[in-house]
Amino acid sequence: MIWLDTIVQGILLGGLYALFATGLSLVFGIMRLVNLAHGDMIVLAAYLILVLVMTLGLSPWIAVLIAAPVMFALGWLLQRVVLNRVLGPDILPPLLVTFGLSIAIQNALLEGFSADSRRIPNPELEGASMALGPINVGVMPMLTFASAIVVIVILNRVIYATPLGRSFRATSDDPVTAGLMGVEPMKVFAVATGLAMVVVTIAALYLGTRANFDPAIGPARLIYAFQAVIIGGLGSLWGTLAGGIIIGVAQTLGAAVNPEWQILSGHIAFLVVLLIRPRGLFPRAYD
Amino acid sequence: MLLQTNSLDAGYGRFRALFGIDIEVAAGECIAIIGANGAGKSTLMRSISGVLPNAPGMILHNGEPIGALSAAAILKRGIAMVPEGRKLFPSLSVEENLLIGGQKRRGSGAWSLQTIYDLFPILREKRALPGTSLSGGQQQMVAIGRALMSNPELLLCDEISLGLAPVVIRDIYAALPRIRETGAAVIVVEQDITQALRVADRVYCLMEGRVTLSGTPDTLTRDAIHDAYFGGHA
Amino acid sequence: MTPSDTPWRASSKTRAGTFVAILAVAVILIGLVLPGFASRRLIQDLFYILTMLTLAQIWNLLAGYGGLVSVGQQAFVGIGAYALFGAVILGGMDPMLAILLGGVAGLVLAVPMAFFAFRLHGAYFAIGTWVIAEVTRLLVAQWKALGGGTGTSLPRAATSDMIGVAQVAELFDVRTAAARDILAYWIALILAVAVIAGIYGLLRSRMGLALIAVRDNPEAAKSVGVDVRWLKWAVFLIASVATGVTGALIFLQTARISPDAAFAITDWTAYVIFIVVIGGIGTIEGPILGVLVFFLLRNSLADYGSWYLLTLGLIAILAMIFAPKGLWGLISARSGLHLFPIRRRLTGPLPERGEG
Ligand SMILES: Nc1ncnc2c1ncn2[C@@H]1O[C@H](COP(=O)(O)OP(=O)(O)OP(=O)(O)O)[C@@H](O)[C@H]1O
Ligand SMILES: [Mg+2]
Repeated sequence: MIWLDTIVQGILLGGLYALFATGLSLVFGIMRLVNLAHGDMIVLAAYLILVLVMTLGLSPWIAVLIAAPVMFALGWLLQRVVLNRVLGPDILPPLLVTFGLSIAIQNALLEGFSADSRRIPNPELEGASMALGPINVGVMPMLTFASAIVVIVILNRVIYATPLGRSFRATSDDPVTAGLMGVEPMKVFAVATGLAMVVVTIAALYLGTRANFDPAIGPARLIYAFQAVIIGGLGSLWGTLAGGIIIGVAQTLGAAVNPEWQILSGHIAFLVVLLIRPRGLFPRAYD
Repeated sequence: MLLQTNSLDAGYGRFRALFGIDIEVAAGECIAIIGANGAGKSTLMRSISGVLPNAPGMILHNGEPIGALSAAAILKRGIAMVPEGRKLFPSLSVEENLLIGGQKRRGSGAWSLQTIYDLFPILREKRALPGTSLSGGQQQMVAIGRALMSNPELLLCDEISLGLAPVVIRDIYAALPRIRETGAAVIVVEQDITQALRVADRVYCLMEGRVTLSGTPDTLTRDAIHDAYFGGHA
Repeated sequence: MTPSDTPWRASSKTRAGTFVAILAVAVILIGLVLPGFASRRLIQDLFYILTMLTLAQIWNLLAGYGGLVSVGQQAFVGIGAYALFGAVILGGMDPMLAILLGGVAGLVLAVPMAFFAFRLHGAYFAIGTWVIAEVTRLLVAQWKALGGGTGTSLPRAATSDMIGVAQVAELFDVRTAAARDILAYWIALILAVAVIAGIYGLLRSRMGLALIAVRDNPEAAKSVGVDVRWLKWAVFLIASVATGVTGALIFLQTARISPDAAFAITDWTAYVIFIVVIGGIGTIEGPILGVLVFFLLRNSLADYGSWYLLTLGLIAILAMIFAPKGLWGLISARSGLHLFPIRRRLTGPLPERGEG
């Protein structure tokens, strides 16, 4: 029974990792860009929600509704002003720019909020749990997992059933020809990054309400997100969820054996998958 | 004049592919551009359609400079392109390929999904398949349909017969009169000179980035074309 | 133009190059005798500059020439350092000799790392190297004999009895601690010179030319038969050995180690990337210039803590957007200067054209 419990906790934790990863996956799928500041953006959004909650006295669920459009605008601007200028066949400039951004965000947060760890207050649901068959699960982990599924369903609909998604896919296939169809790749990229930042905000809500955070934890979230994306196979959002679950389960199982092994087991699961399925579990047919 | 190029120069980085090209297209006219491999035909199409940027005044549309506009802006002005090699989007179905061509439609024109399917009925059957899973000829139809979906007043077709069997080429060219009926002007880039002379009102021949010959099909002799194509008395 | 009898020669000599060779010898000689009249503080600063320069040159070889953008270099610094601590503390080895063991450890880690990371491309390669660095850090933190997560120090006896310390102390009439610093500084100087000379030699060899060909045009290089895979493996292994040695040296000098310090991504990868980006990636001159700028920034902004890092991050972003070839790129574009000429140019009867 304890094992079943551990595995269920791991699956639910995977939902959080999938939320971390979905934005990364979306942006990579459309513009082949890996944003090394992705984890720091999640932390930034968590601080934004925290500030809204603390200064305006809002509930975190309302604060996220305000933070999401702000983060969308931030992502849009980041893409238009910075990232669009460095996208190209050479992968080095975008990598280095986002690496610089990662360092800049971490230290700006450190300057603004100190290194103390913080938490978004969430009195109603903190610690609440419910029975799921024979085991008890927390309400927040359940909500996280459900949010991951809802986010993926909505994003998939946007990608596969709207003109915007058509533009995403066309630009991803061939930006020059997409331009001939009246699609402006640079604008499409900006919208995509904006959307990714909305998902980041949702991830930040759960990151910040479920556990403590501080300005330095971004890079580790980036690593989990990245692992989920690679395990799932580039470009498949459901694959990303599966990847998140694998990392989550590996971590909780590792921690059950020895608490020091939690993070290590996640990494090892990633390396094992990379060894047997180098292109991930659900690779795209063409790339 | 619908479209006019003014000593148009173009190239790739330091390499220059076009030298002072002057061509004109009147409303509703069908122009053929012929020339050997590497003559610069596709470069000319890419310049007009905005894929390659130019100085503003080098290309005029209804007398207005459009040389520096983006491809998207040029499409909005009513100039659509069927690119060399078809270039369908592999992630999009046939119908989505058509729809994306019409995403920036200019008002209501002759073309819609229905009229494209009437023009190329086979596409209606295959509309749910990935665009790139079709045969070469069918893909070419999608590429033409995709460009038409924006209701262009000038359609640029870069080697639409490339690599296709003669029967298929005939089917595709059969669509041309129907396209012209809508009042659109067309530029076809063709390697097949007979085909070009048959469909065009006027012909330009390019060689090594320069216009070496132009005129109406009936005024051009075989020898003149041969010289313009291959450069003098080879 | 009349044809001339003067034969065409492919040469990478430039007048600036000859000048630089002379200057380099002078700098090395001055560097070697410097401890005779420099303060201990200056020697320590120079040690830091030289080791950072070495790491930057190695990363530049990987990323700027090899197309291998690794953000996991801290793995090699850390493993090299831990190899030294292990050999000294557990094996009783002389620290001087154990520095070389750092290179061996780097090599041993590089094989599995390359095996995994080479399955990933571009940006994913970068994060892949980072994951493996994290795994290495977490595994090393389990090594209880070396202090686990909290780390350990080198025993005093081992470092003061180290080969050469007594002689240096006598030569400069300083105490053991200062003698150790001088010794470490000398090794850092030799290492930096060796790495720069080695990279320069490598780049001018057939292998280096192949590397540059692959970087500038991978398809064309493949079609003329350059074995890209083999090249990348070779570069990665060479870089790992050199990084391992440098890591061992750095922590020999501090004499104290912990997994967090030895595997710090900020210290051993982020700073290194800034140095290369600000100086100019894909040139040997760039990191040299970059490390000086970095050090000046560090000294003038160090009191401002996180502002300093924030500034570094922003400078790197601006550099990438507005001067993607870094400071050296700006300088050489203006002046046409090449201190380390790599590209061969044709010299012959015609007046020289600008370099392509
Ligand atoms: N992307 C490019 N980069 C560099 N040079 C190019 C590029 N595309 C074409 N060229 C060069 O420009 C010149 C003109 O090419 P272009 O494609 O316009 O010729 P074309 O007449 O369309 O030939 P084809 O009949 O083979 O399609 C050629 O010398 C070609 O090598
Ligand atoms: Mg062509």
